[in-house]
Amino acid sequence: MNAPSPIISLRDVRRDYALGAEQVHALQGVSLDIDRSDYVAIVGPSGCGKSTLLNLIGVIDQPTAGTVTIDGRRVDSMSDREATQFRLRNIGFVFQRFYLMPILSAVENVALPMAEAGMSRGERVDRAAGLLSYVGLANRQRHRPSEMSGGEQQRVAIARALANSPALLLADEPTGELDAKTGAEIISLFQKLNADGTTLVVVTHDEDLASAARRKVHMRDGKVVDG
Amino acid sequence: MRAALAKASLVRHRARTVLAILGVAIASAMLLDMVMLATGMRESFRELLLTRGFQLRLAPKGTLPFDTDATIADVSGITATLRRNPDIREISPVLGGSIHVPIGGRDVSASVLGIDPSVQGDYELQSGRDVLEADAIVVNDRLLRALGRRIGDTIRVATGYDPQTRSYSGQRNLVITGTVRFLYGASDQSGSAVRRETLLQMNAQSPTRAGDRASLFMVRARQGADAEQVRGWIEAQLPNVSAISIATAIAQVDQRLSYFRQLAIILGAVSLFVGFLLVTTLVTVSVNERAGEIAVMRAIGVSRSHVVEQVVMEGLVISLVGALVGLALGLVTARYLNSILSAFPGLPMAIDFFLFQPKAAWSALGLVIASGIGAGVYPAFRAASLPISQTLRREAIA
Repeated sequence: MNAPSPIISLRDVRRDYALGAEQVHALQGVSLDIDRSDYVAIVGPSGCGKSTLLNLIGVIDQPTAGTVTIDGRRVDSMSDREATQFRLRNIGFVFQRFYLMPILSAVENVALPMAEAGMSRGERVDRAAGLLSYVGLANRQRHRPSEMSGGEQQRVAIARALANSPALLLADEPTGELDAKTGAEIISLFQKLNADGTTLVVVTHDEDLASAARRKVHMRDGKVVDG
Repeated sequence: MRAALAKASLVRHRARTVLAILGVAIASAMLLDMVMLATGMRESFRELLLTRGFQLRLAPKGTLPFDTDATIADVSGITATLRRNPDIREISPVLGGSIHVPIGGRDVSASVLGIDPSVQGDYELQSGRDVLEADAIVVNDRLLRALGRRIGDTIRVATGYDPQTRSYSGQRNLVITGTVRFLYGASDQSGSAVRRETLLQMNAQSPTRAGDRASLFMVRARQGADAEQVRGWIEAQLPNVSAISIATAIAQVDQRLSYFRQLAIILGAVSLFVGFLLVTTLVTVSVNERAGEIAVMRAIGVSRSHVVEQVVMEGLVISLVGALVGLALGLVTARYLNSILSAFPGLPMAIDFFLFQPKAAWSALGLVIASGIGAGVYPAFRAASLPISQTLRREAIA
């Protein structure tokens, strides 16, 4: 039996950036492989480089040095246009603050990436409704974010992340703004997603969320120290 | 979806959007008014000159019609000369002057035109009859009120009055046969008209005004004739007159009104710039407020060009709605300002300062919309260039 192929592969990745007059070495030679359909939690103290690593995997940032390969494609030197298309088709993002469009309804928020991908209106409404049902919000489709709880908003954000059936779902502190009970619902939803075949990479301080992952990657001072 | 997002971001801060639209509307109204002002007097003057179809005016050499008291002598000789040109269809000599009417111990004065009623182009009859007889006079409403008389009344009219001796000269009894509206008369001006022969007879006693004179000739060219060619011919034949065509009159008016037009253009440009800055500021503030949202949109795969389109659309909507409201506002304010300026002493009533011309209005509207698109470009590119990861980090810290 063959070993599962890595969907994410980072080699000697460094990321430096300027913070005022100071040069910050956010990542210092990170090498990491994540297998397809894996569920990985990246943990570590604040400022250790977790979010920077997630941004590089999500192709919203580029490394100062090293290579990043996702699903067999080098993404570390993509043009903005290529990177945008790649994110649209292959990556779903979930953020700590949900970042839903306040004036759009739940179904419209979920349909937003589908419209960008050129899906027809009827098709995207059907698919967005299906995704909202999947995350347990079948009865909240027409509600706006301001009419929903934090947990519900995060579930809408997860449905939006799944809009174009991405191979990879990235989440940055997805339970950071939720109470323990609502956080647990999100953890359970992530497990369901992973069980259905989605590769998940989660950056978190939340011990419960990290424990739910199949694998933990520990970081410190811009380096992977364990995992 | 981009239109929906643009609408959404405008609706999110309703009061601010409404205020911005109002600001653009005021700037647009000002721009429209200035465009109307820049061309209005000129066009209005041109329309006025063409009202009765006389394309040429002959005035004493070096003067404009009724600009001075100077007159042209030998009207019969000049008329005979003009008739030699087959391109000239009608000739209407006009003699200007003033009349005095003693009424109940006071002197009522007014301007008078000596005309030929069959070819005159100076007034429109409103009621009664024209000056068909030698002892007839037509007056405008203002003079009729000042005289306290009615159509059919006879009045004693003089063409000369010495206020020191309180004596009148060139007196004659005339019957008021009708009321008229003078095309070139000012709203504050009392005016009258008699046959030119009548006025000449009344002036005969005056050493300075006696003789076969006219202040002005109005000339109508044959249809299809080149008015400029006729003008050249007249000036060559009659060295003592200035022949003024509509084009040369407009050129002279243009010259006299050039400062007015420049002022209007400058104020219009300032209005446009203020509107542009307003939209740029509003859309930039809106983009800054939504930096996190825009970064997330980019992160989930929305392209730069679509972000640009959405933000430009916001500026465009504000400008378009503002311009349409401004169009209505501009027309209302132009009408009000026109009524104030038209009452300025000495100006012909028919002159409009603000003349609505569809082409000018659409140009103003087009300029506002173009500036709205331009105004959205800077914030749009700013939004599209936001570094995604840095913006999200900043937002997370905030």
